[in-house]
Amino acid sequence: MRATVLAALAIAAVVPLVTAGLGGGEFYLGFATRIVIFAIAATSLNLILGYGGLVSLGHAAFFGLAAYGVGILAAHGVDTAAIQWPVALAACAVFAAVTGLVVLRTSGIYFIMITLAFAQMLYFLFVSLRQYGGDDGLTIATRSRLGPIDLGEPVVLYYLSVLCLVGSLWFCHRLVASRFGMVIRGARTNTRRMAALGFPVFRYQLVAFVLAGVMCGVAGILQANLTQFVSPSYMAWARSGELIVMVVLGGMGTLFGPVLGAAALLILEEVLADWTVHWMLYLGPIIVLIVLFAKRGLIGLFDRRSPPPAGGHHG
Amino acid sequence: MLELLVSQALNGIQLGVLLFLMAAGLTLVLGIMNVVNLAHGSLYMVGAYLAAQMTAVTGSFLLALPMAVLATLVLGLVLEVATLRTLYQRDHLDQVLLTFGLILFFNEVVRVIWGPTALFVPVPEALDQELEFLDGEIIYPAYRLAIIAVGLAVAAFLFWLIARTRVGMLIRAGAANRDMVAALGVDIVRLNTLVFGLGAGLAGLAGVMAAPILAVESGMGDGILILTFVVIVIGGIGSIRGALVAAVLIGVVDTMGRSLLPMILRELVDRQLASAIGPAVASMLIYILMAVVLTLRPQGLFPARTG
Amino acid sequence: MKRILGLVAATAMAAFAVPAEAQQQLKVGFVATFSGPGGALGRDLYDGFMLGIEQSGGRLGGLTTEVIREDDQLRPDVGLQVTQKLLQRDRVDIITGVVFSNIMMAIYQPIIESQTFVISANAGPSEIAGARCSPFFFSTSWQNDQPHEAMGAHLQRRGVGAAYIMAPNYQAGRDALTGFKRQFKGRILDEVYTTVNQPDYSAELTALRAARPPATYVFYPGGMGVNFVRQYAQAGLTRRVPLYSAFTVDATTVDAQGEAALGTFGTAFWTYDLATGTNELFVRSFLQKHNRMPSTYAAQAYDSARLLHAALTVSNLGNKDALRDALRKADFPSVRGPFRFNNNHFPIQNFYLYETVRDAQGRFVQANRGVVLENHRDAYASQCAMRW
Repeated sequence: MRATVLAALAIAAVVPLVTAGLGGGEFYLGFATRIVIFAIAATSLNLILGYGGLVSLGHAAFFGLAAYGVGILAAHGVDTAAIQWPVALAACAVFAAVTGLVVLRTSGIYFIMITLAFAQMLYFLFVSLRQYGGDDGLTIATRSRLGPIDLGEPVVLYYLSVLCLVGSLWFCHRLVASRFGMVIRGARTNTRRMAALGFPVFRYQLVAFVLAGVMCGVAGILQANLTQFVSPSYMAWARSGELIVMVVLGGMGTLFGPVLGAAALLILEEVLADWTVHWMLYLGPIIVLIVLFAKRGLIGLFDRRSPPPAGGHHG
Repeated sequence: MLELLVSQALNGIQLGVLLFLMAAGLTLVLGIMNVVNLAHGSLYMVGAYLAAQMTAVTGSFLLALPMAVLATLVLGLVLEVATLRTLYQRDHLDQVLLTFGLILFFNEVVRVIWGPTALFVPVPEALDQELEFLDGEIIYPAYRLAIIAVGLAVAAFLFWLIARTRVGMLIRAGAANRDMVAALGVDIVRLNTLVFGLGAGLAGLAGVMAAPILAVESGMGDGILILTFVVIVIGGIGSIRGALVAAVLIGVVDTMGRSLLPMILRELVDRQLASAIGPAVASMLIYILMAVVLTLRPQGLFPARTG
Repeated sequence: MKRILGLVAATAMAAFAVPAEAQQQLKVGFVATFSGPGGALGRDLYDGFMLGIEQSGGRLGGLTTEVIREDDQLRPDVGLQVTQKLLQRDRVDIITGVVFSNIMMAIYQPIIESQTFVISANAGPSEIAGARCSPFFFSTSWQNDQPHEAMGAHLQRRGVGAAYIMAPNYQAGRDALTGFKRQFKGRILDEVYTTVNQPDYSAELTALRAARPPATYVFYPGGMGVNFVRQYAQAGLTRRVPLYSAFTVDATTVDAQGEAALGTFGTAFWTYDLATGTNELFVRSFLQKHNRMPSTYAAQAYDSARLLHAALTVSNLGNKDALRDALRKADFPSVRGPFRFNNNHFPIQNFYLYETVRDAQGRFVQANRGVVLENHRDAYASQCAMRW
């Protein structure tokens, strides 16, 4: 474990050197930053989906909501991160808490469809907010001001994103190992048993849902600073679907799976789109094949000790 | 004002009926097979494309209708046997992913086959007219009335099928308690295939019926899929009755919200603000409705499951 | 670790080994929406642009021309990513294409900051025409409001007293109705904004009928237009209330609208039957090559290529100021007839009224019905500080 972590950190640390060597200017570094950002989002989804068994098809809502938090405050001249970021994350927490109160009362298929519907609701709300660009999106004139740290410097933004990813992974690792994490994981396979053991499962799940939403918000904040732009398409339902693909592709319920999955999916999309306009024609069946034949995800190729995912039944 | 309300109610019912065709099939698939099928919207889209293709070939929409529905049904069976069948024992996540992959595939494949621009399907000539009621106070397109008629006929057929036939009895039993039906020695695999085929055919029918009034284009199934989910969640999974009630409810609420809400808002707040928030609230209305229903009844209005 | 360092060293050496770029080559980055529902528009832009290159002898300004095509997927973040790839990895000299305004808004800043010329073949958001105009941006299409202003002016001139106006609830829709109202001074019976990509308009059409308007004006591009126009006709409204629109009935949608589009009117900067010599050649070659009628999108992108050809013939890529001066002269035969640039680098051009009719060969086409606005300038140019 320790060796893997060190190796991963080493790779992440030298990425700017490698990308500089590739000669594509900031493109490859920007692409790497995008991978890291989506890795954070996928990790946050993994918290509830991989460990908690809660299949949310609306997770991208938090991503977009936080990005809008940055964008809207910037549009009103508030560009200091000390205000922007807490407000954006608080918005995610509130949205997660309010929707969580409704969605967590349900399970299985209901849960999937309701998370989707709530995300759609938020999507339509931002599409019709004309003050903030509506469907056209909102250009963010200045990146968040973070003391002496200049986020306009691509290398800085990259390392900050990596730092956030490491923090998210560490948090996930500690959380899952804790008593709290045990209840969440236990509820995945048998909610009733956990309830019978005297755990307030609903409250635990709600907290996990909010934590995942806030963590996804961190990714949204970074994305807003990377692209200096935010639009409702950040929270379109297909984005939520892609997040799920990342988690499963990499290996759900494993710490590093979502990171691998995010990298693999984004690189695959990039390569396919470079090759053909009809890239979705190939991506679709690839996803189908992954589901059918590679249930343990990419992480299974690297780490033979990681346990096979439990065939939990949530009907 | 009354004429307006009647016309809008008809519009709402027509939308509801279309949603019912989608929801009826999907709610059975969910209820009996316990399978999340995101590709249901793709079947709707394929039905519309096939209707366009076959109308162009045969020159008759009425000939194309059964052909397209049948072809979509067959496609549904192929999908079930080739991919979904292996997933019944797996969890919902796999089903979501697999059918998400299918959506990407189908949205692109229709563009490869039929090109990137929308296709044209003519309204059948006999129905290409407006009907007038109440001395011309209410004018309504005949084809939209035909959609309502077809939808109600399908609803009647489904109620008969479920209530009066052996297959229907199994479907009902399956929706209430799947394991019990299997334990009783019923060939659950065949029942599943049958239900999935039926659902695919209904989605295809919805697509065919929608083709003459909507642009037949890639991605047309995505929006209606989400509305269908809302209908099913409100109606209760596995319940045809719930699907019908919720579909019409959603159709009417959405239509009335779109037409009346801006008018009401304009009375309450100033015009500028009303035109800004009216459409936003109208497009969120059905999701709010869903949240309210689920808060009061987490299993929907007509839960079918007992165990 | 050793292997990673080895990789770094190898790639670093590879980077140094790349020879200095040959000056005789022109690299054009073409960003547009090719996949998904907007894909038809990207295709038309691309086909028009490539035809323009072909008719410049395959070499814009005599330079070996390489076009690198990138799909923005109608996702601003993807648009930004492919643009950065074009700018930084492929080091393109020019960026062009761009169907949708939201993509343009997302990629505008990095392009301008890198001092690369961008020729918009379609998107013309008001911010770029006004306060955020740039010496590196040129448009061969129009500012988003202009065609709508033209229709407003037409109805005003016709003496239509009142109108019922509708658009999707997004920025382009709001801009459209704002532009219309800028020129139309009659009564607005109602101003309706519908959800983006809403497929069914029965509720709105019922309300429209109840208002008994003398004219309807709408902006529903793409698939929304197919739905709206067909449902308008099916409700029996086309005969009762004349339908006026912009970007709603055009060559990309009319085949799916069919007879429902007949007798509707629109405004545009170009129609296929404009009798300029260049246009006849363009329409003929496009039809021959692609076996379909060219759309306004194809015409705009064709002009992008022809503008570049003319400018590069008298200047060179090495001198950006000279290239800008050459572009500003716009010394090329546009398919639309008269064409010159305003101070904000948007065209000053005519807008025409067109009617959708069936031609002698049974095709649905947009027939020119005369000039509505002559040498029209957009409303935002005065907010642009650039003077030349």
